[in-house]
Amino acid sequence: MSLRVEEMAVHFGGVAALADVSFEVEAGRITSMIGPNGAGKTTAFNVITGFLRPLRGRVLYEGDPLTGLKPFQIAERGIVRTFQKTNVFPQTAVLDNVMIGLHLRERAGLAAILLRRRRVREEEATLAALAEEILAFVGLAHRRREPAGALPFGEQRLLELAIALAARPRLLLLDEPASGMNPAEKTAVMGLIRRIREQGVTVFLVEHDMRLVMGISDRVIVLHLGRVIAQGAPGEVQSDPQVISAYLGGR
Amino acid sequence: MRRVGLGVLGALLLAAPFWVWNPYYVHILIMAGIFTILALSLNLLLGYTGQLSLGHAAFFGIGAYTSALLALRLDWPAWAGFVAAVLVAGLAGYGVGKVSLKLRGAYFVLVTISFAGVIYLVSVNWMELTNGPLGLPGVPPFEVAVAGLFELSFRSKPAFYYLVLGVAALAYLVCRRLVSSRIGRAFIALRENEALAESVGIDGTRYLVLAAVVSAAMAGAAGSLYAHYTRFVSPEVFLFTYTVTMVIMVVAGGKGTLAGPVVGAVLFTVLPEALREVTSWQWQMLLYGVLLILTVFFLPKGVVPALETWLRERRAIRP
Repeated sequence: MSLRVEEMAVHFGGVAALADVSFEVEAGRITSMIGPNGAGKTTAFNVITGFLRPLRGRVLYEGDPLTGLKPFQIAERGIVRTFQKTNVFPQTAVLDNVMIGLHLRERAGLAAILLRRRRVREEEATLAALAEEILAFVGLAHRRREPAGALPFGEQRLLELAIALAARPRLLLLDEPASGMNPAEKTAVMGLIRRIREQGVTVFLVEHDMRLVMGISDRVIVLHLGRVIAQGAPGEVQSDPQVISAYLGGR
Repeated sequence: MRRVGLGVLGALLLAAPFWVWNPYYVHILIMAGIFTILALSLNLLLGYTGQLSLGHAAFFGIGAYTSALLALRLDWPAWAGFVAAVLVAGLAGYGVGKVSLKLRGAYFVLVTISFAGVIYLVSVNWMELTNGPLGLPGVPPFEVAVAGLFELSFRSKPAFYYLVLGVAALAYLVCRRLVSSRIGRAFIALRENEALAESVGIDGTRYLVLAAVVSAAMAGAAGSLYAHYTRFVSPEVFLFTYTVTMVIMVVAGGKGTLAGPVVGAVLFTVLPEALREVTSWQWQMLLYGVLLILTVFFLPKGVVPALETWLRERRAIRP
């Protein structure tokens, strides 16, 4: 067991965005969270990664509570996320975007940096090589010098993934990684996510594209109106009458 | 090509007292150097972290008063006063940063303005310490002496010019090393996308406070040099005009670039003086204003980024 959410509740004004939601994300697997718009998927992500405080409930990662920690502290524990809306450092070169993602792997302190010790220069060189490697992994090596904001949309999404990977996640949360991508790009992303899992990273994703979700997930959690209405293997969830009615609008 | 250019520039700067024969021009160069340090310091915050300090003159003034008071009241040697000025200003930057950088943005602007206001009032009203509006005359010149061994005096203008040049070069080096390191990348990340920066493990508050400390310390160094150069410190050092001048230099030169504040500081120290030469005083500030508006209008990103774009495009046309 890797991540465990217990009776999480979030209210916006009088509206319950999440009402006592509990679920688990198993280590080493790909878990997807699906549900109609407004079901509370991104809200759940925001609570897990510390961007939002829940009204009730708690989040445990490998047994330790995350609730109350700040986003950067959660990242330090190996939980890294991407965002639903495209999110890069737009004016910075693509390679430097990934270098920023490597922040937690760097050790150089202020004094060493000001004296430009050999250790600092070596660390810089190692990390630049690592950043190149990560860029090559997502297929953006040819863009390394361009400002991130100048990249086409699909490539910006890949860059987001590269930035998140640079932070060396053990649990990677992807918020609609394929939204706005064309079918070819989606297939490429599916391949990437599989390869990320093969490297031992637990993947938890929110996605609307059913072909993608059903194609790569080991487990699917269905959220509707702030509640978990079904969870299980993709096949089980697909045939669940409650899920069908949530998506088709029946009763 | 770039190295040759830098070498020539360095040689010109080092030889300046030999080809700039008019002492008044040397004075302008010294002031340009002091403002270069100030602009570099403000640029670290405004250009790299995106946080605007509108009370930056306070750190400058704190440095000036620290140096002046230690020299006049406790007979500290100038170099020790200089070190103390850097530390005290850095400490003030830490305090202001700690209080305001949890909230950032507009709150940081407001806290820095208020801080400068409060410090100004203290300097005017605490007669026993600061001598109030009359100021502190007779600050000793900058001298480094080891008893009986050697003595180095920066009393003359050319000598002081070299001191300022050295400190400005050091400030530039500090900025360059910082911004090309993990710390500088964290600054830029926080400026461009705070949520994303935090999500990859960057502690926003910590890095912004660090930027404030380094920036304030640098402004303190400029203040100390100013005190020992003009040999007189009064509450005027806290005036908003100084802050505005720094902001103009950083923005017009090119914020978020290393060369921008240097170019801005030299340009906007020399410009008013050059205008004084060519027109009467009634027209001087008016023309200055018009030129400033034109710069901002035609080069909104600043002189240095505009120059870089122009060079890049020229290179792209000629293979």
